[in-house]
Amino acid sequence: MTELRPSERELLNAFQAGEARALARAISWVENARPGFERLLSALHDRVGRAQRIGITGPPGAGKSTLIHALAQVVRGNGEQVGVVAVDPTSPFTGGALLGDRIRMTSAAGDDGVFIRSMASRGSVGGLATTSREVADLMDAFGFERVFVETVGVGQSELEIAEAADTTVVVLTPESGDSIQAMKAGLMEIADIIVVNKADRPEAARAAGELKTILRIRQGKAFDRIPAHHGVDLSEITRRKLAPGSGGEPSSTAGEAAEASGAEAKEWEIPVLLTVAQEGEGIDGLLAVLDAHFEWLGRSGVLEERRRQRLLERVRAVVDRGLRTRVWREGDGEAILERARADLESGRRTPYDVAGEILGALGPGSGKG
Amino acid sequence: MSERKIRVLVGKPGLDGHDRGAKVVAAALRDAGMEVIYTGLHQTPEQIVNAAVQEDVDVVALSILSGAHMTLFPRVLKLLQEAGVDHVLLTGGGIIPSEDMEKLQVMGVGRLFGPGTSTSEAVDYIREWFAEHRAADE
Repeated sequence: MTELRPSERELLNAFQAGEARALARAISWVENARPGFERLLSALHDRVGRAQRIGITGPPGAGKSTLIHALAQVVRGNGEQVGVVAVDPTSPFTGGALLGDRIRMTSAAGDDGVFIRSMASRGSVGGLATTSREVADLMDAFGFERVFVETVGVGQSELEIAEAADTTVVVLTPESGDSIQAMKAGLMEIADIIVVNKADRPEAARAAGELKTILRIRQGKAFDRIPAHHGVDLSEITRRKLAPGSGGEPSSTAGEAAEASGAEAKEWEIPVLLTVAQEGEGIDGLLAVLDAHFEWLGRSGVLEERRRQRLLERVRAVVDRGLRTRVWREGDGEAILERARADLESGRRTPYDVAGEILGALGPGSGKG
Repeated sequence: MSERKIRVLVGKPGLDGHDRGAKVVAAALRDAGMEVIYTGLHQTPEQIVNAAVQEDVDVVALSILSGAHMTLFPRVLKLLQEAGVDHVLLTGGGIIPSEDMEKLQVMGVGRLFGPGTSTSEAVDYIREWFAEHRAADE
C-alpha cells in the first residue's frame, strides 16, 4: 500500500487521538469511496479485531433499535465504549433514505460514550450497506469494546450479517410465531442467540417454546425434553432406543458419546430469550449470554476461524470493488458501452459480445474460465 | 459509481410536540434523493449537535414551532462551532417572524422557511447550497 497523502495522514492522526469527528469523517470517506479511503483502512488494519461485533437482525418493527439502546445503556453503565452501525433501506426509486434508528436510541444519542452512525443500504440487498463491515472496522479500530451492527428490517434472505458479526442475535416478536416456520430456512439458520422481544404481549412464552422446538428439530433432537405424553415419556424411549447394545444406530451412539465426553465446547446451544426492551427487562440476561457466546467463540476456536475467513472474504470484496472501479470509473467500460449502444439496441450485437469487449479492454484473460 | 449523497439531519429541539411538518420535510428530502437522519422529538441542542457530528451531515435542519427559535438556533450554532463543525449548513423552519429570521441569518444561520413554503423550495435551497459549498471539497 502506498504512502498516505497529507490529508489522509491528518485524518489518521486525529482518529488515533480519539476525536469523534475524525471517526465520523473517516466513515464518510469509506461510505463514499473517497479516493484514499482504502489507504486509510489499510493504515488502521492492525488496530482492528479487539471489539466484539454483535449483529442485531430481525423483521421490521421487532425492536432491534430499542434493544440496542437498552443494551448500550447497560454496558455504558459498566464504563464500556460502544459503537452502533444502524442500516436502513435506500429507496431504489429516488436513491434517498430516511434513517430513523436514532429515534429509538434517544438517551444514548446524547451520550458521548455511544457513537451511532446511520447508514443507508445504497442498493445493497443483503441487509447491510456494502461498506457496513468496514465502518464496523473503523469503530473497532477507534477502540470501542462492542460494536452493534443493526441490519435493515429483514425477511428471509438478508443474511450478510452472519458473516459480518461475531455474534448474531435474531430479534422476533410473539407475533412472529406464524412466520417462524417460513423463517427456518434463512433467518433461523444464522442465529447464535434468539430474542423474543415485546415479551409482555400474549403468547410470548408459546412463541419461545415453538422456537426451541424448531431449534431442537434442526439439531436432530426432536424428541428431547418432551414431557410425558399420553402417559408415555418420549424422551425416555429415545434414550433407551439409542443406548448402546439396545439396537440403536451406531452413529447416533457415537454422537452421544462424544457429546457426553466434553465435546460441549464445540457446540453452541442457541438460547431463546425473552425481553421487553422498552422496559429494560431481560437485558442483563441477554448481555450475560452475549458475553458467554463471545467467550465460547474464543475458547472453541470458532472466532479465530471466522476472522480468518473474513480476511479472505475482505480481499475478495476489495478486489471486486477495485475491478468495478477500474472498468466503470477509470476505464473505458462506459465509453465502449456507449459506442456499442446502437448495435446492441438494433440486435447487431449481443450483450455478451459487448461485455466481452469491455473485459478484453482490461487485458488478456487467462483463458481458464 | 460512488455518488456523493447529501446527508441532512432533521431534528426537533425543545418542547413542542408538533412533528408533522418535520416529517413532511424529511420525506420530501428523502424523495429528492437525500439521506435524512430523523432524530425525533424533544431533542436538546447538545443531542442534536452530537448526532450531527457522529453522522457527519452536511445540513442540520431544525423545526421549531414553540417560539423558542431565538434561543435554540443560536445555541445549536454555537455548539456546532465548539464541536469544530463549521462546514455545516444550519437551516430550518417554523413559526418565525421575518425580523427574527434576519437576525438569525446575521448570526450565521442559513435561510429559514415559514408556513406555506413548498417543500421543493427547501429541496432546491439545500441542493444549491451543497453544490456551492460541499460538492467540490470531497
